[in-house]
Order: sequence, then C-alpha cells, then structure tokens
Amino acid sequence: MERSLNPVKAGGIETFETEVLIIGGGVTGTGVMRDLALRGIHCLLIDRRDLNAGASGGNHGLLHSGGRYASSDSETAAECRQEGEILKRVAPDCIDDCGGLFVAVEGDDPGFAERFPGYCDAAGIDCESLSPAEAREREPVLSDKLFAAYSIPDATVDPFRITLENVNHAQQLTDSLFLPHTGVEGFEIEDGAITGVLCRNTKTGGMRRILARQVVNAAGAWAMDVARRAGCSDVRLLYSKGTLIISNTRVTDRVINRLRPPGDGDILVPGGTVSLLGTTSDNVDDLEDIRPTVAEVERVLVEGTAMMPCLETTRFIRAFSGVRPLLLAQNGADGRSASRGFTLFDHQDQGLENFATVTGGKLTTFRLMAEKTGDLVAGRLGNSQPCKTATEPLPSGNAVRWTEPGFAPRFWYRRNDPTDMILCECEMVPQSAVDSIIESAPGAEAEMSLQAIGVRSRVGKGSCQGAFCSIRVTSHLYDRGVYDSEQGLNSMRDFLSGRFKGVQPVLWGEQMPQIELSEALHCSLMGLDQLGGKADEPEKGGTDR
Amino acid sequence: MSLKKGVPTADMGRDERHYSTELAVIGSGLAGFAASVFALSRGITCAQVGNTGAVAYTTGYFDLLGYCQDQWLDDPWRGLELLRESEPHHPLSRIDRKEIRAAFDQFTVALTEMGVGYTAPADRNHFALTPAGTVKPTLSVPETMLSGIEARKVNARTLVIDILGLQGFSAKEFVANMRSSWPQLSAAKLSFPDMESGGQVFPEVMARALEVSSNRERFAERIKAVLGDAQLVGMPAIMGVHHPDRVHAELQRLVGVPLFEIPTMPPAVPGIRLREMFEQAFPAKGLTLVPQQKVKRLELEAGRVMLYLRDSFGEMVIESKTAILATGRFLSGGLKAERVGVREALMGIPVIQPGSRADWYRQDYFDPLGHPVNRSGVEVDSRFRPLGPDGEPVSDRLFAAGILLAHQDWVRQRCGAGVAIASAYKAVEAAARLLQEQ
Repeated sequence: MERSLNPVKAGGIETFETEVLIIGGGVTGTGVMRDLALRGIHCLLIDRRDLNAGASGGNHGLLHSGGRYASSDSETAAECRQEGEILKRVAPDCIDDCGGLFVAVEGDDPGFAERFPGYCDAAGIDCESLSPAEAREREPVLSDKLFAAYSIPDATVDPFRITLENVNHAQQLTDSLFLPHTGVEGFEIEDGAITGVLCRNTKTGGMRRILARQVVNAAGAWAMDVARRAGCSDVRLLYSKGTLIISNTRVTDRVINRLRPPGDGDILVPGGTVSLLGTTSDNVDDLEDIRPTVAEVERVLVEGTAMMPCLETTRFIRAFSGVRPLLLAQNGADGRSASRGFTLFDHQDQGLENFATVTGGKLTTFRLMAEKTGDLVAGRLGNSQPCKTATEPLPSGNAVRWTEPGFAPRFWYRRNDPTDMILCECEMVPQSAVDSIIESAPGAEAEMSLQAIGVRSRVGKGSCQGAFCSIRVTSHLYDRGVYDSEQGLNSMRDFLSGRFKGVQPVLWGEQMPQIELSEALHCSLMGLDQLGGKADEPEKGGTDR
Repeated sequence: MSLKKGVPTADMGRDERHYSTELAVIGSGLAGFAASVFALSRGITCAQVGNTGAVAYTTGYFDLLGYCQDQWLDDPWRGLELLRESEPHHPLSRIDRKEIRAAFDQFTVALTEMGVGYTAPADRNHFALTPAGTVKPTLSVPETMLSGIEARKVNARTLVIDILGLQGFSAKEFVANMRSSWPQLSAAKLSFPDMESGGQVFPEVMARALEVSSNRERFAERIKAVLGDAQLVGMPAIMGVHHPDRVHAELQRLVGVPLFEIPTMPPAVPGIRLREMFEQAFPAKGLTLVPQQKVKRLELEAGRVMLYLRDSFGEMVIESKTAILATGRFLSGGLKAERVGVREALMGIPVIQPGSRADWYRQDYFDPLGHPVNRSGVEVDSRFRPLGPDGEPVSDRLFAAGILLAHQDWVRQRCGAGVAIASAYKAVEAAARLLQEQ
C-alpha cells in the first residue's frame, strides 16, 4: 500500500494517504492506532483539538477493579477486572497499583455493605473485609463514623501517559502519524464506501483531504456527530457530564470509594502527588462549553467530606469536567444507570463497508475496545495478524514521560545539571523536558504551543496553575525561535483562559492570593487582557486535568 | 535589625515592649508607605507595621488610571471625569483631582529625595514598556525606565538585551511583540559577569552586583561588544537596588549610549528598591518601623487604638491615637476568602462583596469587565473611615487606604498606585484633622 507521510498539496488542499484513518485522539483512538500498528498497519490519527481533549483527559484516572459496578452491572465489573489485570501486566509504567477501599459511614445503608462481598464474588473480584480500625490504620484520614470497609484491587492509570505512549509506539512500528487540530468536515462516499474524508485545520483554517481504506470513528462523546456526518443514524449517545476536583497534595495512599450505590462525590483517587475527588453525573444536551461549576464543586465536597473530614480544609487547586459518552439503551436511562459497556458499530446495515464506530466504555476497558475494533478493521483489510496488545508490553518513550506527577523532579535531581533550568517550579519541569517535547513528542510535527506542551507534561498543573510557568515557558519558546510573532502571547492567553475554566470554581482560601497575583502578572505586568490579536478556537467539550 | 525607635515607655522591665505614637499605619504595601510619607511630612509621629505586601510584585510603574469605559487612557485626568460618571463609588471618584495630583507630586518627590528617582506626574499617561513587549498606560515611572518609553515614540534604533539564565525575560519576545510599533528594535543575549555557567540567575543578585564598579565596567564591556549601531540599549531592571539612578548614570557613561530598564517578573528589583529604601529612610526620619510582622489584634479603646503583635524578641504593643488600615486585598492578607464569603482579616469589618461564591468570577479569565470579587473591600465615609455593620464609622480614629477599599479593580483599571497614594493622602489628612482637634 502506498502511503504518504508528506502531504501532497494541490489546489490549496493538503492530501494525506493512509490505510486506516482514526478520528479521535483519546485513549480509545490511540489504543486502536497502536493495536493496528502492532498488526503492521499504517494509521493516521486526527483530533479536532489535541490528544485527550475529551473524556480521556477529563476523568479521575481510576483503573477499576470492577468493585464500583459489582452491584449494578456484573458484566462490566468482570470486564473491568480482566482488563485491569492485563494493563497492570503490559503497562506497569503508566499504572500505580495502589489498591482501593470501599467504606461506609454513618447514614449509609448497612444492608448494601453486607451484600457487597457477594456482588464482588459474582464478578470474580478479590474483596477483603476490614474492621473500621484496620481501615483507619491504613488510611488515617477516614472518618471515625466509618462502620464497614473492604479492600479491593483498584489502581490508577495516567491517562495522558498511556495515550502518548500508544501514539509513540504506533509511530515507531509503522510510521503512523498523529495530526492535531484536524476536524472532520465531511465524508466523500461512493458505492457504499468512504473514499475520502475532508477535514479542516482548526488552527489555520486550511483544508485537508484524507484518503484511507478504512475509517474508524473513535470520537468519544462526539462519535454520534461524526457518524451522522457519514450518514449513519445508528449511534445514539447520552451525554453525562462529570465534575471532579484536584487537591494540592495526595490525601490518601489508596483509592477510597463510598460503599453505597454510585452517587455524587463517592470516590477519591490518588494521582501521583495529588488526589482527585469526584464525581457528579448530570445529563447535558450538547457538548459545547462544558465547564465545572461552583455548585458541582460544593456537591462533591460535601459528600467527600462525609468519608474524609479533612477535605473540609484541604487546598484544592483545580476542578474539571468531562462528558461520558453513554450508549442509549432502548428504555430511556439516566446517566448513573445507563450501561458503562461499549459498542462497536460496523455500520454494515447503514450501507457503509469501510466505516466503524467504537464508543461508550471506560478508560479501564479501552484496550478491549481497541482489540475488538482492530479485529474488525484488520479483517476488512485482509490482515490476519492477531491482536497483540494483551501480551506485548507498552514501551516507554523518552518524550512522553513528562505527564507523570513526580517524574520531572526525580529526573532533574538525578541528572543534576544546574544549566537545566526549572521552568515550572510547582511541578519542577525543567527546560530539557520542554525541549524534548518540542522535538519529538507525538504531534511535534505540527506547531508546538504552550497548550500542546501542557497536554504533554505537568506544566501549569501545580498549585500556581500556570501563573509563573506560562511566562517562563513562553519566553523560552521565543528564545528557541518556536515563536517569532505575537502568536506566543496569544497562545499564553488561550492557555491561561483554558486553565481558568478549571481554577474558577475552586477559588477560595489559599487560592485567592494566588489568583490575585496571577491577574496582576498576566494583566498588569504582561497586558494579556488587552491583546489585540485573534484568539484560537475556544476550548470546547470539557476541561482537562 | 534595630530599626525600632519609637518612644518606649517606662514599662521596660517586662518582655513586652510598648510604644506610643500619634498614627499607626498597618500594612507595608504602597498605601502604607505613602501614608507614612504623608504623615512624616506633616510632622505626625508614626509607627508602621505589617508584612511587606505586593510591593515586591510591582513593575515599578505608578498607575493612576489606565483603563476606563472600554478604552486605554491617554489622559488619566480626563479619565477621572469619566470614572466619576460611571463609577461614583470608586475611591478615585471620591477624591478631588487636585488632591490626587498633590499626593502624587508629594510622593514622587519624596521617593526621589530618598534615592529612587521617579518622574513627576504629568498631564498625560506614559505608555510604558512591559517584558512581554506590550505597553501599559501609567502616570509616573522610575527614571531608569524613562528613556525606553521616549525611544519607542520616535522609533529609535534600539538594542534590547536579555541575560543568559534569567527566566521569563526574552529580548526576542520583547522585539517580536513590539516590532509593529517599533520596527528599529533588535535583540541580543549576554551573560552576566561571574554568572556565565548557564544556570539560573536572579535580578536581585545582578542588581546588587552592579552596585560594584568593577562589575559595572565588565558588564558595560559586554554591552559594547554587541552594541553595533544602536542608539539606545534596553535591559531587564537590574541597575542596582540602592541608588539606581547613580548605577544607571555610571553604566550609561561606560557604554556611551542611553540605557533603560524594562520591568521583569516578580520578585523584581523595582519593588525591592522601594522596600529597602523605606526600611533605611524611615527610621532615620524618626518613624517606628516594624517590618514583616503582622498585627495580631487591634483593640479600640476610649481615645486610643491598641495594636498587639509579636516578633522574634517577644510581645509588642503599640498605643496610638489614630490608625490607618492599609492591609491590602487577598495577596497581602487584608481580605480572607472563605467558601461562604469574604471577610476583613484583622477586625471583621463588613466587606462589600458579591452575593455568593458563584458570582465571584466571570467565566472568561480575561473578560475586560474584570471579576466582581475583585471589587470587594471595605466601605468608607468621606473621611476614609471604614464603616461598621450599622453603616456608621467603626471608630473616629480608624481610617482605611489602598486596595482594601471596595469598588475598584486595581489590576484591570490600572489604578493600584493611584488608589494607594490618593487614599493614603486622604486618610492621613483626616487623621491629622482629628489629632489637631484634640
């Protein structure tokens, strides 16, 4: 198969050729990309924004043991358990196998607590009963009103790292390519097959045509829109918005779940050096302008405080929201009871033979979603290679390690090079990290902005939320010649606007001096509130972590 | 530090030190310093306490009013008229323009006399340079920064240098963003003498180094080596902490062309200069300065205000006839933001604020209207006395000044120094009147 990495430019349209076009740079799309590359297939991955711009960047990073679904959806629970076990084996660098607790506090249903081990048993999940004293010994911040506790094998996964590693590995295997800022405008269809996909570069406005033998729609919450553009009406989604908040420090060693049916504020998940408290579940009608609100933050905080009273005075630095794409069952379900399972649509009955959509599902089951999709697509291409992702370890790329909280400082101390200056002091991200991302992280072929560096590292994710590091990194990028016009300041403005969506609902206490200083820096010192330049497309569809 | 002079009473046998004074200024930001300057010039005995506030974060520029009714202000005095129409409760709308001008005049003259030269307030704003290569309207600027502002107006051939290892300041960035209004700009990078390793360097350290003549000479040689045909040279603000005007003049003489400073990100030298200058000059003028200590408690008694604080030597009490609260906003700790609302930190004085936390911020960080919570603060009467829950002054002898005052957004309106200096002037005037009456 002939394919061109370098686009052919004719009539103002860039043309790319590939075997499989994958739409959607979340964990599913990148999982499909790696799955196919392991079968020797060349892929082109596109995203309207950047990697993990949707739910893949807006979740708590829990690698489910299945315990959360054991009571309501035994099948999903068992799927989570199996997939969790596989990922712990093949991608240990991306996972913190920290374990988890389910705890019930005064007011919770004792009956549910008693039935819980039975639910776990049915799904094959290890579940150890602990006395309240044992549980509080393991996690001293737990409430003294605790009356039941179980230990289960929950873990956490860095969703940014795993996405970046997927792309990085696919690039190595088959020269597959990721194009950020490429949104689907329309499909060219002839005789029951997609012959070309017209896209727009959302940064420059330029048009792109992609020629592919197979097209995979892994656009997550946007999968219904993409399918409809291809004339397929079989994908029906419910959008469920979830909001979480991030603390300044890690509150517990383990994942803490509320031992009751799923509800607001029922989980605290460690994420390296921080913790994430969530989650709400509210149905929304559209995907535009998804942002966390003060009211949602109050809801998770009130519930979370019942399990861990210390959350009342914990410093929170950020909130974020993601939209779960839930597959609509025949009977109108709400966000909590709708299936967490996934579906692969082959669209055969919609009259298309080279189009597939995979959506629904969870972070924990992304590999399985990619495997099923890979089997379908490879089969359609006449490729008989089996799926290898359940056994082939995920390698670790040099330019994609920077999303892990705590990695940058370890690297910096070990390297011990005083000329490698720290650009982001909160997360201790050194200049060399930024340089390696600019040079070789996925998407580096396209222009690397401050936002793109933010997705690929911890820059802007510490307690100052980018107040200082945005200025330092921008100066560094100007110095390196990455920017040579006003676009660097416009990019900083967009980056800070994006961060603010998540900062705004947790502004009180110690974050208030911080934001006052930020405003003084960004407006009074830098003049960013009065820039004349054109801003980028506003962020849509969620705020990332 | 033995800066505490004051008038200790006979009660020295105990650990507790006791001072009495006519005016106690609480807060060591720009408003606090301005209040002390005005009080000293009126011959009022004065004690100043409190953490150094946002002074370390200042650009060095003193804004009066830069933005009003959706526009940059070339003429801030005309801007004050616009402000009075649209925002009658704004602190600057409640002060006569002549008094504002007098306050700025008196303050900038005092600073210049104490060793940090500032331009006198004029009829028009300067469009001052920022490290990002943007400009901001401001009324009075350090003398070390003036020639760059003038050079931009005439598109003078100018070289901007940055320094190896100095973060957040890129000459290329400055040039790239300034190019459209100032085409004859170029950029170069230098290393600072004895700081050539490539590791991080800090403005304050370089500024202190440039107070030494041999360092100035070596640095000047490096500038000359890249000077080319430039008529002026701009650089980050590092020309000395003490006596910057002397360092500036010396460096210019050595390089042979006019030089100017551009502010840097904090902690920046222009603010450190002001703080150290006050810390040296005030005690010499008889002021009792207790820097870096927060007042723990303030009690209003008949005919006096009692301030309780403690430093590393133990308890301290300041008994004063009057007091000015200049404790700033959130960054300096004058206001505390809790999940349920904003409160005034020292005395619990009522705070004007939005109805609920959901109303504190607008959705867009850079919304030109600014955020409602930033207009929170204490309400004052015409004598700048903060008002209690009943709408009456909390006390006859307690005044408030600076960005603690409600109804202003100092960041977005570019009016921080204006509010600080003018309200300090009014508060001191009111305190002086009370002291006279008694």
